[in-house]
Amino acid sequence: MIFSLAVYSAPYTSQASYTAYQFAKALLGQGHQLHRVFFYQDGVHNATGLAVPPQDEFDLHIAWQTLAKTHNLDLVVCIAAALKRGVIDAREAKRYNKASHNLTDGFSVSGLGQLIEAAAISDRLISFG
Amino acid sequence: MRKKILFVSRRAPYGSSTARDAIDVALAASVYDQDIGYLFMDDGIFQLLKSQQSQGIDQKNISATLGAFALYDIENIYVHEESLKERGISIDELIFDNLQVLNNKSVTMLLNEQDQLMSF
Repeated sequence: MIFSLAVYSAPYTSQASYTAYQFAKALLGQGHQLHRVFFYQDGVHNATGLAVPPQDEFDLHIAWQTLAKTHNLDLVVCIAAALKRGVIDAREAKRYNKASHNLTDGFSVSGLGQLIEAAAISDRLISFG
Repeated sequence: MRKKILFVSRRAPYGSSTARDAIDVALAASVYDQDIGYLFMDDGIFQLLKSQQSQGIDQKNISATLGAFALYDIENIYVHEESLKERGISIDELIFDNLQVLNNKSVTMLLNEQDQLMSF
């Protein structure tokens, strides 16, 4: 079965992002296909490369990256939601003349159309948060 | 691929960005030629009230944004009857003249017809 996930909550405050990660791992482990993970609203904070969680806590940012690398996942961040929350890639940083950028490798920015395309392509779209 | 997608909007128009974020997704969906429905229930029905004066909190008027639905051919707009009753709101206090009022049973049927649900 083809799945896509939508993540709407920031990591740490809510457990939703972590649950989405676990769900992704579980479905891949059972041989299903994960078409895309789309991060919207506060979910875009999953994609910052500047988060430093305490050493004795689970590092969700690294976990997403590792999972994406292992399974060649499409992790997409909503560009409008990301820009207004200060999650920005090198290209957008240049365009808006910002001093720095922080989008983690393994994530890409795109529009809401990618969420809709995921809903259209997938047998199941599961929302978290 | 064209799918039946129902948006379920359950949050009040202001105080959180969720109501507006849901509208943005629906407008994007209409551009991608999907079969869209939009259901307002729980506190989401407050989004539909006429005469919102959001300028007092420096926010855009969400009922004005909802007016774009017609331009985007989002015509299947539903409102949950029990949510209206619980809040003492009548249909003539709401924007849109094409609202379809659904009771619990009809909402259940509507949900069962969909390929995908997007709940905000």
